[in-house]
Amino acid sequence: MSKYHVNEKGYYGPFGGAYIPEMLYPNVAELQKKYMEIMQEESFQQEFQELLKDYVGRPSPLYLAKRLSTRYGANIFLKREDLNHTGAHKINNTIGQILLAERLGKKRIIAETGAGQHGVATATVCALKGLECVVYMGEIDIQRQAPNVARMKMMGATVVAAQSGSKTLKDATNEALRDWINNPVDTHYIIGSVVGPHPYPDLVARFQSIISEETKKQLAEKTGNSLPDYVLACVGGGSNAAGMFYHFLEDEEVQLIAVEAAGHGVDSGESAATTALGKEGVLHGSRSILMQTQDGQVVEPYSISAGLDYPGIGPQHAWLYKSGRGKYVSITDDEAMQAGLLLTKLEGIIPAIESSHALAYLEKMTFQGKENVVICLSGRGDKDLDNYMKYFGF
Amino acid sequence: MQTQDIFTNDTSKGLLSIYYTAGYPHLDSTIAIAEKLEQAGADFLEIGFPYSDPVADGPVIQHSSEVALKNGMTLQLLFQQLGELRSRVSIPVFLMGYFNTVLQYGVENFCKSCQEVGVNGAIIPDLPIYEYEDLYQNIFKQYNISNIFLVTPQTSDERIRKIDNLSNCFIYLLSSNATTGKNLEVGEQAGQYFQRLKDMNLKNPLVIGFGISDKGTFQKATNYAKGAIIGSAFVRLLSDDNYTDKIEPFIKSIKTA
Repeated sequence: MSKYHVNEKGYYGPFGGAYIPEMLYPNVAELQKKYMEIMQEESFQQEFQELLKDYVGRPSPLYLAKRLSTRYGANIFLKREDLNHTGAHKINNTIGQILLAERLGKKRIIAETGAGQHGVATATVCALKGLECVVYMGEIDIQRQAPNVARMKMMGATVVAAQSGSKTLKDATNEALRDWINNPVDTHYIIGSVVGPHPYPDLVARFQSIISEETKKQLAEKTGNSLPDYVLACVGGGSNAAGMFYHFLEDEEVQLIAVEAAGHGVDSGESAATTALGKEGVLHGSRSILMQTQDGQVVEPYSISAGLDYPGIGPQHAWLYKSGRGKYVSITDDEAMQAGLLLTKLEGIIPAIESSHALAYLEKMTFQGKENVVICLSGRGDKDLDNYMKYFGF
Repeated sequence: MQTQDIFTNDTSKGLLSIYYTAGYPHLDSTIAIAEKLEQAGADFLEIGFPYSDPVADGPVIQHSSEVALKNGMTLQLLFQQLGELRSRVSIPVFLMGYFNTVLQYGVENFCKSCQEVGVNGAIIPDLPIYEYEDLYQNIFKQYNISNIFLVTPQTSDERIRKIDNLSNCFIYLLSSNATTGKNLEVGEQAGQYFQRLKDMNLKNPLVIGFGISDKGTFQKATNYAKGAIIGSAFVRLLSDDNYTDKIEPFIKSIKTA
C-alpha cells in the first residue's frame, strides 16, 4: 500500500489507530481481522456491484457544467452523487457495510446521524435486508431535521434522541458507541464517515472509492485523460472527499482540495474549520486533528451545514493535510449559500449545502487555460430547502 | 507507608474502592471527599478527571463530568488540588479518565505530576494495549505510575495473559460488557467468568467494577476478587445537598459484615 493509505497497524502516518475501551475490542478486532477478506470475496463483490448499479443507480454521471465552466474559465465537471438513491454519497457506504454485517452474522444495526442523511441511508439498507435498525441522533438535530426523521421511521428504524452533551452529531456518535459497548455480540455499528477506530476509516473510504474509480474512467472518455488538474470535495468527517480522492492519491500531479466549513468565519468562534483550528487529539477511537480546548475538551463546531459540523476529520485527511498531499481550505456559510444559489441558477441543480462549500471554492481559484476540474457534488439540496429559503428570503 | 501494599498483601481482601469525579459536585470538593471516604473505611480511590465525550460511561458519570467541566475542572487544576493529597489522605489513589485529556496535558507531564502529588496509578480506558506498550510504557515505569487495564467477559485468555504481564498493581475486571452504572446480576454466566479469571492464577490481583452498587453486589464480587469498585451509585449520592453526611453511612452499609 502507498504512503497515503492505512498501514498494517491501522495508522496513516501518526494518525489513526484504535483508541477504544476494552469493551469494544472484540467487535473492532473482529472487523479488523475480517473486513478485507470479506470485501474481496467474489460473492460479496458481485452483490455489492449489483446493488450499486440497480438499487443505487450507479454509475453516477460525470457532468460537464458548461455555464459554470464559462463563468470560471475552466472545464468544470460535477460528479453527480446527488443523483444516487436517497440523495447523497452516503448510500455507497451503507450498502457495503450492510453486506459486511450480514456476512459477520450480525442481526442488529446501529448508526449515528447528524443531519439525517447517513441515518436515512442506513435505515434504507436495513429495510432492504430486513435487519433491525437503531439510529442515534442528537435531540437538537431531531428537531431541525424532521423530514429525515420521518423517512427513517417510515422505513422501520427506531430513532433514539441523544440527550448527552451538546445533543448533536458528536453526542449521537457517543451514544452509538455506548450502545455497541452494551450489545457486543449481535450488533454491527455502521459508521457514516471516515472516522472511528481502525478499520472504519479505511473500510468506509474503500466503499466510497467507487466515486473516484468511476470518475477516472468517465474523464478519460470525455477528455482523453483520466487525470484532471484539480479535484475538490467538501469535508466534515470526510467520507465523500475520501472517496473522491482515493484513486487520485498516487497521481501527485492532481491537486486535491478539501473544503471545510468556516461557519461564520475561521476566527469567529463559530466554525468547523478543523485543520485551521484544531490540533492533534483523540476522539471516537482515532488519533487525528481535533477542535478542542487547551485542556483537551472537544469543542462544539458550527456550520450552517449540518453535515459538516463535526469537530474532527478522518485520520487519512489529517495525514493528507500534514503530509501536504492535500490542500485544506475553508468556506464560510455566506460563501457556500451564494455558490449553492449560483449552481441552481446556472445549471438547474440545487446542491446540498455541504456540496456548496466545495463549489464556493471555485471563486478563490485562478485557472490557466482550460484546466479540468472535478467537484464532488456529494448530495442534493432537497433537505436544505428550508435553510435556503430562510437565508435568501424566498 | 507503602500505599500499594494492600494489593500485594495476601491477607487483605474485600477491598472497597470508590470512584468519583473531580470537581463534582463542587470545584473544590475533591480532597474533602477523599478524606471523608478514607475516614469512613474505603480502601482505595479512583478520582475521575472529566472529559467532554466519555463513551464508556452511563448517564450518572456523564452528568458528573459535565457539571465538573462547567465548574471549571481541568487536569491542571486537579493536580494543583492534589498537591495536598498526601498530607490528608493515605490510601492508594488512582486517576481515571480518557486519553485525549492526558495527551493534551502531555503523557510524560501527566506521569510526572502523578508522582509529584502521590497518585499511585492511572486508568485510561481508551488507551489501547498496543499504543501503551509501544509508546508510553517506559514513561509510566520511569515515574513509577501503574497503568491499570480493563478486562471484560469477551476478553480472550491470551489477551488476559498479556494484560497480566503488562500490569503491576491490579487488573480491573468489568462485571459485564457494559457502560458504567448498570446493575450487576451475578448470574451463572458472570460467576463462571469470574471463576475463570480466578482460576487463571494471574500475578496481579483482580478488582471488579461496573455494576457494583450496594452490599449485595459488593459481596458477590469480592467472593471472586480482591476488591470491588463502586462508581455511579456513589456519584448519585453526591448530588444530594447534604452529601457529606451521607458518605460515612454509605461506606458502612457496604463494609460491615
